[in-house]
Amino acid sequence: MSNFLEKLFRREPNSASQAKERLKLVLIHDRTDMAPGTLEEMKDELIAVISRYVDIEPEAVRIDMTQDGREQRLIADIPLRPAKRRRP
Amino acid sequence: MDYSGNGKQFSGKVVTVTSGKGGVGKTTLTANLAAALAADGQKVVCIDGDIGLRNLDVVLGLENRIVYDLVDVVEGRCRLRQAMIRDKRLPELYLIPAAQTRDKNAVSPSDMIRLTNELRPEMDWILIDSPAGIERGFRNAIAPADIVLVVTNPEVSAVRDADRIIGLIEAEEKGPARLVINRIKPAMVKRGEMLSMEDVLELLAIELIGLIPDDEGVVTSSNRGNPIAIEGKSKAAQSFRNIAQRLQGHKVPFLELQEDGNLFGRLARLLRPGGN
Repeated sequence: MSNFLEKLFRREPNSASQAKERLKLVLIHDRTDMAPGTLEEMKDELIAVISRYVDIEPEAVRIDMTQDGREQRLIADIPLRPAKRRRP
Repeated sequence: MDYSGNGKQFSGKVVTVTSGKGGVGKTTLTANLAAALAADGQKVVCIDGDIGLRNLDVVLGLENRIVYDLVDVVEGRCRLRQAMIRDKRLPELYLIPAAQTRDKNAVSPSDMIRLTNELRPEMDWILIDSPAGIERGFRNAIAPADIVLVVTNPEVSAVRDADRIIGLIEAEEKGPARLVINRIKPAMVKRGEMLSMEDVLELLAIELIGLIPDDEGVVTSSNRGNPIAIEGKSKAAQSFRNIAQRLQGHKVPFLELQEDGNLFGRLARLLRPGGN
């Protein structure tokens, strides 16, 4: 019963899932030797370069590091603004 | 997967046990794996690669018989055979102890390759117990390796260091390493307070070769200098023997560690080969 109440009122997720989530992030940065701040810096530069060629929404750009087995992948999601059509 | 060179002569395999972090059970695994392989009738020599901090000798209970050590061999003060201490409990188990009073730079990676090449024709297995860390001792230990086993515990610090080591092993083209998860506490995993085998495998993304439950018997057997894998009845003892079986190319299911395992787990236990 006390176990049940404990679970009912517990705000924190259990420590194993915390460990797993924290490790996921730590390992991504360990494996790529990239500081968390570097990713933000790179994102700003990417936005600047891509904007020279196509019209994009800078606020909607997402750049994330993901794990695929032991491979790290940089995933960029860059929504384009619809081209402004000229009236016929 | 068959890791052994069955049927071939002069095919001694070099297996290096490493971890990055200290205290996760490298020496215990090396000692028990060596004992289990030797109990299966294999010719085994284990080399303590931790120069300056030798320990494999006490875990194996051979500390009183040391005359020459690894550095004596490398520096030509004795022949290789003279530094090999034979374990009297098993037919073909030998130890080459580390030097205790020298620093780790007394041996180089090419020394280790030369030494193991001399041992390969005579032995089935050459096990190297790597020191903790990522420096010279680690480089020495993996230089001659055919198979690298990475030991970790289900804890954040050990898993992080294991990941780093796995990356270095890949960079040295000694990969893919095989993982041994040591000191799992099934009750804590069940409560969600310890990383599970699945969690660790997902994070590290390498093949599992061993899963060892936390067991006081491992400490008491080390106290006696009598590896638990020789005739221990516990799940930990069986887990060590199962790793030895897998190295020899046998398919052995992983033990169900949860006491109230499902039907499948109980069946797997009933059917497991090599039980007591």
